Amino acid sequence: MALKGLDIFKLTPKTNCKDCGNPTCMAFAMKVAQGAVELDKCPHMSEEAKAQLGDATAPPMKKFTLGAGESVFTLGGETVLFRHDKTFVSKNLYAVSVCEGSFDGKLPEIMKVDYDRLGERMYVEFLNLQFTGDKDKYAGLVEKAMGTGRGIILECRDADAARAALEICASVKPLLNGADAQNLNAFGALAIEFGVALGVTGDNLDELYDTAAALEKLGCKELVLDVGSSSVKGAFAAAVQMRRAALRDNDRVFGYPSLVNAAKLAPGDEYLQTALASVFTLKYGSIIVLDKMSYAQALPLYGLRQNIYTDPQKPMKVEPGIYPLNGADADALCVTTVDFALTYFVVSGELERSGVPLNLLISDAGGYSVLTAWAAGKLSASSISKFIKEFEIENKINNRTLVIPGKVAVLKGEIEEKLPGWTVVVAPNEAVELVKFFKEYKSA
Amino acid sequence: MAFKAVPQKFAAKINALTIGTGEREISLGGENVFPFYSFDAPIENRPKIGIEIHDRGHYAGVPGMDAYYAGADTLAQTAKRAAAAEGADFLAVSFDGAHPDNGDRSVEDCVAAIKEVADAVDIPLVIEGSKHIEKDAKLFEKIAEALSGRNILVMSAREENYKGIAASVGLAYSQKIGAESAVDINLAKQLNVLISQMGVKSENTAMNLGSAAAGYGFEYVASTVDRVKAAALAQNDTMLQMPIVTPVGSEAWTVKESIVSQEDFPEWGPREIRGINMEVSTAAACLAAGSNAVILRHPESVKTISKLVSQLS
Repeated sequence: MALKGLDIFKLTPKTNCKDCGNPTCMAFAMKVAQGAVELDKCPHMSEEAKAQLGDATAPPMKKFTLGAGESVFTLGGETVLFRHDKTFVSKNLYAVSVCEGSFDGKLPEIMKVDYDRLGERMYVEFLNLQFTGDKDKYAGLVEKAMGTGRGIILECRDADAARAALEICASVKPLLNGADAQNLNAFGALAIEFGVALGVTGDNLDELYDTAAALEKLGCKELVLDVGSSSVKGAFAAAVQMRRAALRDNDRVFGYPSLVNAAKLAPGDEYLQTALASVFTLKYGSIIVLDKMSYAQALPLYGLRQNIYTDPQKPMKVEPGIYPLNGADADALCVTTVDFALTYFVVSGELERSGVPLNLLISDAGGYSVLTAWAAGKLSASSISKFIKEFEIENKINNRTLVIPGKVAVLKGEIEEKLPGWTVVVAPNEAVELVKFFKEYKSA
Repeated sequence: MAFKAVPQKFAAKINALTIGTGEREISLGGENVFPFYSFDAPIENRPKIGIEIHDRGHYAGVPGMDAYYAGADTLAQTAKRAAAAEGADFLAVSFDGAHPDNGDRSVEDCVAAIKEVADAVDIPLVIEGSKHIEKDAKLFEKIAEALSGRNILVMSAREENYKGIAASVGLAYSQKIGAESAVDINLAKQLNVLISQMGVKSENTAMNLGSAAAGYGFEYVASTVDRVKAAALAQNDTMLQMPIVTPVGSEAWTVKESIVSQEDFPEWGPREIRGINMEVSTAAACLAAGSNAVILRHPESVKTISKLVSQLS
């Protein structure tokens, strides 16, 4: 059970020394109780107190990393079951499944999907390397995978082959996904010896639970729970029940990230794999394995993930700047709106549908929507004219007409005053009306 | 030491709303657990899937859909083809063309067309309007009258026109009403209260909480649905216990990813495959969040989501 702040406070030195970065021991204790700060931030806590509190104050779900160098990925650390209760923290990661025979054929498409969306790099983070029975060939596959710079998952239940693979790739901290009730001693030892995270499977939740508990006892600290691939229903039930046990019931045995192999749950069915990946993005998949990741799949899946893992308190923002649409050049009309990502996507989508070349100017409005930004003083005649000057729009664009959102029509006069030579035109209130507006637009 | 599962079933439940008649009648909602949590308690009615056409036929321009509907010249023929799609539980007919900016099709024309559809198919019918406040109020009244006895669901009544729709569709012709709000739990509840104050039983109402395509602010959809379901089940909020029906196709097929041509974005591949993935991803996310029904356009998406639902149920 979670401890109350007061219980923790009783065990602190009560000196208010501030060494932990908090003004008082009481404040520190309250934060520890909420799971916001870890107990060891206090350097003066007695060993006795630590032992007493350690288990109870540890976060409900372990957080650790896979990968090395520039490709380090964080898993776990979630504290809530629903994002509106706080936020989800470690976005789900994607892997594409390859084996010795399919690697060369699949690699080009895997590497092709690599793009930026709102400052986040979208690509296949992991290669899931399937063991197909031949140890030497598997080692060859691992060698090849090492050359891609992507994270590595070893899907292998053969201890000899796993050892040979780890000798090649342990330095990039792969996930060894292969422990089960039968081989747990051998695989636990391997994971500890090579310092890698260990994936665990079980025929059912009970078996998975016991295997995970046994591995913890052996000293494996970084586990990934495989939700299984015998049925979609079973995999979903496992993903939900494990996360719920960890976060709601404080059952730490299931307090680990999960792995969902959609490639096995829906073999050969691209669309169903997309559907499953979407379901598990909402409900508790940490690593999702697919057969492939085409652009057609990546576009919705990465977009959905970015949405779901947005902190509800920090809206997604677009970088301020000039966004030329429909082949706009320096003579094309200027349109402006705020940097709130949702507004940007809706507005730019409609502008693109109009087919009219336009320069979309995005200024820094604090990530708020149009009316909120205006009310907060983040979108004003001053902010717009400042943007035009700072970004040297007048040197980059010849057109001197600026279309502003209908909801801030009131700014027209003031902007024209601040920007001599410019004509301000007021757009409709709603984005859906933009296509018609621009198709019928005639410059004054 | 085995895993001790602690089920989470609630005393309250989502209303079961029936639409259609006879053997094809379907029920939406009725569950007392979170979506697909059948490990907590049995879920009687799996989520349902609608296939959408519009008043002039199918949504053209996508090769696979054009092929699927090839030769269907009238709305009734298109409807028949749609109703036969693998996995479709109901047919949604959208009257886009009735909007003054979009052809301004007369109410009489629309009614004549939907009557032919109703004669041609026995699948449950959902009527979607033109999104024009005044036009929809008139249109819905006449369609509800013309299809009296077919137990249709009319989508949607909004804050601006719910009065007329509740009085005609809900009370005079005893059809089902979808209450549409814009991705906000408070707006949704307020509209449900207003409609119930008109005398329409909440058992005869569904909610369209609004939607967004994957990547386009879907976090608001997910969190709104999460919160609505939590209020309905955990707090027994009777004004949020209506089943949720989410039009997905109209969102998924109108975002950039599903529109731009392969010539303009060669690395993205064929438009149709992008559109289906977008539709399937959005629909799956809606269902995982808690929609009791989704409305889709592409027969391939209908088939895929039907598979997903049956495998999760």
